[in-house]
Amino acid sequence: MTKLVYETVDAEAPAGPPDRAPLRQRSPLVLVLTVIGKLLVWGLLAGLVVAIIYPLLWMVLSGFKTNQEVFGDPFGLPGALRWENYQTAWDQGVFKYFGNSVIVTVVSVLTTTLVSAWAAYGLTRLDLPLNQGVLLVILGGLMLAPTVALVPLFRLLQSLELFNTYWALIILYTAFRVPFTTFLIRAYMIDLPMELDEAAKMDGASTQQIFWRIILPLCRPILVSAALLQALFAWNEFVFALSFISDDARKTLPVGLLAMQSRLTTDWPVVFAALSIAAAPMIILFLVGQRQFLRGLTEGVGK
Amino acid sequence: MTSALQRWRAWLWVMPGLALLLVFVYYPVVENIRLSFYSWDAFSPNPIFVGLDNYDTAIGDPVFWTALGNNIAFAVVSLVFQVGLALVLATLLEEVVHQRLRGWLRTIYFIPAAMSITVAGILFSFMYNPQIGLLNRFLGLVGLDSWKHAWLGEENTAIWSIIAMSQWQSIGYTAVLFVVAIQRIPRDYYEAARLDGAGPIRTFLMITVPLVREMTTLLVILTISGAFLVFNEVMVMTAGGPDNSSQVLGTWLYRNAFFQDDMGYAAAIATVIFVITFTIAALQLAISRRRRVEV
Repeated sequence: MTKLVYETVDAEAPAGPPDRAPLRQRSPLVLVLTVIGKLLVWGLLAGLVVAIIYPLLWMVLSGFKTNQEVFGDPFGLPGALRWENYQTAWDQGVFKYFGNSVIVTVVSVLTTTLVSAWAAYGLTRLDLPLNQGVLLVILGGLMLAPTVALVPLFRLLQSLELFNTYWALIILYTAFRVPFTTFLIRAYMIDLPMELDEAAKMDGASTQQIFWRIILPLCRPILVSAALLQALFAWNEFVFALSFISDDARKTLPVGLLAMQSRLTTDWPVVFAALSIAAAPMIILFLVGQRQFLRGLTEGVGK
Repeated sequence: MTSALQRWRAWLWVMPGLALLLVFVYYPVVENIRLSFYSWDAFSPNPIFVGLDNYDTAIGDPVFWTALGNNIAFAVVSLVFQVGLALVLATLLEEVVHQRLRGWLRTIYFIPAAMSITVAGILFSFMYNPQIGLLNRFLGLVGLDSWKHAWLGEENTAIWSIIAMSQWQSIGYTAVLFVVAIQRIPRDYYEAARLDGAGPIRTFLMITVPLVREMTTLLVILTISGAFLVFNEVMVMTAGGPDNSSQVLGTWLYRNAFFQDDMGYAAAIATVIFVITFTIAALQLAISRRRRVEV
C-alpha cells in the first residue's frame, strides 16, 4: 500500500526544477502568501499554548484571591499569596476525597495490572485451550462502555451488597479496564522469545516461577505504562463514582469536587484552590512519566 | 487424559480476568437489553414486561431527540477539531517547529488531557460565568459587548459551550497520537516530495494524509463513539439544562434512572447508545480487516 503511494507521487512529479527556487526569485505575491502562512501557523501554535496555559494559571492564581478580587478583577493578580484558601479547601473536603481517590486508584492499579498480566501470560506463553475464543472475549470488552451498563450494574451491586463501597469502584475500574490493559501487555509479552520459558523449564522452574521471576520482570516497561494509564483513568473516572457512591465520606475527587462546588457557592477562591489541588497529581505524574504515558498510548492504539 | 487436564490448568491464569469481564461487563450489557422491555422503579422489586413501550416513550419524547441531536453535534464538531485540526497541528509540530521547542509544545498541548473532566468542566463553567468569567470580560475588552452571553445559562449556547470545552481538553491528545503516526512515515518520502518540488500543502495532502490513514480511521471511530457516550462534561457543567436543552443521551439516561425513577426507559436509552456505538465499532473492524486483506 505505502509503496503504491510512493510510486504515484514519483510518477506525477514533473521533471522540472529539482530544488526549490530561492525566495528572492519568487513573485511578490508568493512572498506575501508565505508570510501570511507563517503568521497563521505560528498564530495557531502560540494561540493554543495561551488557550491552555492561561486558564490553568487563572485557576491557580484565583485560588489565592479573596472573593472581592475574584469578582472585581478576574484578570488581575492576587493581592497576596493566601495559602489559607488552599488550607481551607483541603480541610473542607479535598483531604477526604483525595484519600478516597488514592485508595481506589492504588488498589485498582494493582488489581488491573496483575489480572491483565496473568491473562496476557496465559494467552501468549501457555498452551491455552480455546485460546482464540478467550482472546475474542477479552478484546471484545473494548467495545462495551460503562454508560450502557449503568442500570443493570446498579441492581447487581445492590444485590451483591457492594453499592456505596470502595469495592464497587475498584471492581468496576478493574473489570472495564482489563481488556485494554491485557491488550497492551499481551502485545509486549508476545515479542519475548519462547526460549526463555523453555530454558527455565529445563532447569525445573514451574509455570508460576517462570511468570513471577522471568516474564513479569521483563515486562517492566510496559507494566509501568499500563499502571500510569490506569492511574489516570481511575483518578479521573466520573460515571461510576457518581452513580454508585452515595455517601459523601466515600466520594472520590471528581464527584467530591462537584459537591464542594455546590456547597461553597459563596467562597469561590476555595473552589479554585480545590480544583488546583485535584488537578496537580495527574499533571505532575504526566510530566514525570511522559515517556511511559506516550508509549502506553501509542502501543494501545498503534497495533 | 492427564495432559489434557494439564492443558486446562492454563485457564487458571485467564480466569480472574474472564470472570470479572463476564460478570461486570458482559452480563450487565446483555441484561440491559432485556430490562429495556420491562418497567419498574427502585421500590418495586419485580419488573413488569411491557414490550416495546419504553421505545415508544423514546420516540414520543422531545428531549430524547434533542439529546440525540446534541450527540450528533458533539460528533461533528469533534471530528473537525480532534481529527482534522489535530492532524494539521501534528504536521506543523513535526514539520515546522524546531526540535527543541517541539517537545515543549507537545507536553503543553497534552496537559488538559491529564486533568479530570470535572476539574476542566468546573474551571470552564467559571470561565463562562457572566459575572467573573474571562470570556465575557475578554469580549468586553475587544469591544464585542453584543457577543456576551450567559453561556451555560442560555438554551442556544449551552451545548456549544460544553462542546468547545471538550475540544480544548482533547485536541492535544489526538494531536500527539497523530505525531506518533507521522513519525512512523519513512523520511525518504518527504525527501522525494521535496526533490520533486512539492510545496508544504501538497506534501501534506499527497504524503502525510494518505500515510496516516490507519490512525485517522481509528481516531474517527473513537471520536464518533466517544461523542455518543459523552456524559461527564454535560453532567458537570449544566446537568442537561437549561430546560433540557443541553441533554445528551448519557445524561438523559442517568436522569431517568436515578431522578425520575424510570429504570426501564433508562435501559431503553442505554440500548440505543449501545446499538449506535456497537455498529460503529463493528464498522471499524470490517474496515480494518478489509484493508489488511488488501495489503
